[in-house]
Amino acid sequence: MAIFSSNGDNALDGRVPSGDIETLWDQHKFDMKLVNPNNKRKFEIIIIGTGLAGGSAAATLGELGYNVKVFTFHDSPRRAHSIAAQGGINAAKNYQNDGDSVYRLFYDTVKGGDYRSREANVYRLAESSLSIIDQAVAQGVPFAREYGGLLDNRSFGGAQVSRTFYARGQTGQQLLLGAYQAMLRQIDAGKVTLYPRTEMLDVVVDDGRAVGVVVRDLLTGAITSHSAHAVVLATGGYSNVFYLSTNAMKSNATAIWRAHRKGAYFANPCYTQIHPTSIPPGEEFQSKLTLMSESLRNDGRIWVPSDLDETRSPRDIPEGERDYYLERKYPAFGNLVPRDVASRNAKAMVDAGHGVGNNKNGVYLDFADAIDRMGADAIAGKYGNLFEMYERITGEDPYEVPMRIYPAPHYTMGGLWVDYHLMSNLPGLFVIGEANFSDHGANRLGASALMQGLADGYFVLPYTIGNYLAPLLGEGLVDVDHDAFKVAEKEVHERVDRLLGVRGTRSVDWFHRELGKIVWEYCGMSRNKAGLEKALSEIPSLYQEFQADVRVLGGEESLNESLEKAGRVEDFFELAQLMCQDALHRNESCGGHFREEYQTDEGEALRDDDNFSYVAAWEHNSPDEPATLHKEPLEFNYVALTQRSYK
Amino acid sequence: MKITLNVWRQKNPQDEGHFETYEAPDVSEDMSFLEMLDQVNEQLISQGDEPIQFEHDCREGICGSCGLMINGQAHGPQRGTATCQLHMRQYRDGDEITIEPWRAAGFPVIKDLVVDRTAFDRIVEAGGYVSVPTGAAPDANLIPVPKATADRAMDAAACIGCGACVAACPNGAAQLFTASKVSHLNLLPQGEPERYERVANMVDTMEQFFGSCTNMGECEAACPKEISIDFIAMMNRDYLKAKFRGNGR
Repeated sequence: MAIFSSNGDNALDGRVPSGDIETLWDQHKFDMKLVNPNNKRKFEIIIIGTGLAGGSAAATLGELGYNVKVFTFHDSPRRAHSIAAQGGINAAKNYQNDGDSVYRLFYDTVKGGDYRSREANVYRLAESSLSIIDQAVAQGVPFAREYGGLLDNRSFGGAQVSRTFYARGQTGQQLLLGAYQAMLRQIDAGKVTLYPRTEMLDVVVDDGRAVGVVVRDLLTGAITSHSAHAVVLATGGYSNVFYLSTNAMKSNATAIWRAHRKGAYFANPCYTQIHPTSIPPGEEFQSKLTLMSESLRNDGRIWVPSDLDETRSPRDIPEGERDYYLERKYPAFGNLVPRDVASRNAKAMVDAGHGVGNNKNGVYLDFADAIDRMGADAIAGKYGNLFEMYERITGEDPYEVPMRIYPAPHYTMGGLWVDYHLMSNLPGLFVIGEANFSDHGANRLGASALMQGLADGYFVLPYTIGNYLAPLLGEGLVDVDHDAFKVAEKEVHERVDRLLGVRGTRSVDWFHRELGKIVWEYCGMSRNKAGLEKALSEIPSLYQEFQADVRVLGGEESLNESLEKAGRVEDFFELAQLMCQDALHRNESCGGHFREEYQTDEGEALRDDDNFSYVAAWEHNSPDEPATLHKEPLEFNYVALTQRSYK
Repeated sequence: MKITLNVWRQKNPQDEGHFETYEAPDVSEDMSFLEMLDQVNEQLISQGDEPIQFEHDCREGICGSCGLMINGQAHGPQRGTATCQLHMRQYRDGDEITIEPWRAAGFPVIKDLVVDRTAFDRIVEAGGYVSVPTGAAPDANLIPVPKATADRAMDAAACIGCGACVAACPNGAAQLFTASKVSHLNLLPQGEPERYERVANMVDTMEQFFGSCTNMGECEAACPKEISIDFIAMMNRDYLKAKFRGNGR
């Protein structure tokens, strides 16, 4: 890939219907075409991924009567990384009578996303949040409750109302199990067929439409094709491009990247979220970063020692010599400022030499005041499992000494471009959950990822996919012996053979780690032009080295994790370059994309709404040709664009 | 510190399998157990030997992928801790560690330390859900659930489906896994309408794959989420009632 080319004339159409935002989705549900109940069984739908988005979509489409094939590379659909979400899920129920509403959730999300999301999508998301909670409770998700038996809520990073529902520190697990169980009910009913330990390696496009996928059975190595009327990607985000992130080890971008190579536009790849509260990295052998839910910021106070040469134990540092820098700089929001603001401030403190811990690479998150106020038992009830997790990893007891935290790559707002129907520019290819770019703009609010995954899968896709399928009634599937499938299969075979054939000297992990260092250094929490240009020269040469020197042992006919990883890391190499190109072209700061050249006097992200109020959707060309930029202009008719301020 | 490992290597389900001995010469106490294995694998790759296959993903104790028999104990020596959360500070320089896959008839070995746990999904398919189609739900606060009941349901629902309970059981029984799902749903008013049908179908399916429970209690000791065997008693009670009522497929 070379330097990008800009093509501003091809304005992309997000297919947002016109009308009043408060009735838009209801009206559109009425306007969309329906598939008759007896005809639904004539349609085949493929879903890749079984997290919150894929699991909920599979369950719902199966219930509606479609024939669904669902693929996961895990041994069980319950292992998808949604399971690790700790803190909670937002919903505008206003059960706390504290002034919440659908409109306020919509407003907070657009503002929190630094005005880089599509208003109509966000409003629909906020509306859907109400039904999600109803659905989850009916499924038996054991949300936290008050003594009167009603649902409990807490406030969560960046929100001034308590709208977050939670199940201890395992909200993602419980919501995922709800979707998983609903999907297994459809498997039992014969409407959904599950393919575990099967990885999607290509999307098949015929006559401009997505018509199927090529998959590899991870146990036998068999490469096969599956045909469908529509393909849904629900494969999560790409934070593992940084190597060290809070994502699970196997989380990857392969499905969306291969779809991108087949023509699907990739939107806003540079919008990545760095989560403010993870355990600081230790040594070279570290394989991943562990998140500490940011719900901890509700009761924990963040501080660093004022003295750069501080060596005392945190408990021995008097109040007067501590800098509670978030409370000092942002009195209104204090420790609850949005994630990007909290992250950058932690980095600033560490960069200035105030870091804590042996590596001086963290800040304190202190529960002493909360324990004094509420008692250790109340704190244990809220955060017990998180405290235990922390102690297991670090050997330190957070009831006694403050936690040490530092930001870590966590979530990617960028993803495949989709329209209001959650369909990519390739007809028939739908993208849901974190894998798409849709609802969070340049920064996602805490407890909104679970909300979006489930909104897409339970309440949006099941309507919009019907609108796409209805006119296809009577059309057969493209035969898997068709050339489009055979060519895709051949490419997949060739890639596997090539990776096994290099027989170089260095492991896949070594290359992944080196790639991650470059991306984190130059396209991580803050970026600048010189650094991005450096990354764009270093990544291709490391990639060349990978292609010449990677060592993948073992064969393709049995379980071979090195081989799986090699393909995924190869895709990360290409994606990393697009991320850097996107970051370089966006000459402004917004949300998680912080360009050092563009900041206010107070060090906040400085947007350039006149020139960059658009979605950057990149079209893949051949490997040697630059990607083409397509712009979807963003209009804000409801939320006035302002400089975010959390003072 | 220096650790000696005896690791089960098995090429495929048909292979007999055998132990191999590896030296891990430079283990830090801050490493997780799986990071120690990563390091051994890096060493194997550089020697040109195929790395050890083991299951892992989230590495924060929630996805349930990992699971190793470590010196004969499921998930190793630390109570309430999945393999990925076990850290090497539990070990001393010169220690010898034997690592095997889960050993249970219900979990056939696929390769090295990886086993097939799909039988768990079959059990949940048989009834581990509330039959509520998307969109049919009433307002979430319509049915109050006493806090104590919700908390108890959550205690059961914390199961991560790792299979340690089966691996630890001398009979290879899956009662704790099944009971945790049955109890999670049967305790809640939302699960009440299908209570007896659920328990009958799940237990009957479980028995197709797994051994029988003889109340040894090893499962509770091995469970990384410390789920109580009280839930097994609750399941058995419901199962007995279900059978008298004639529930089940």
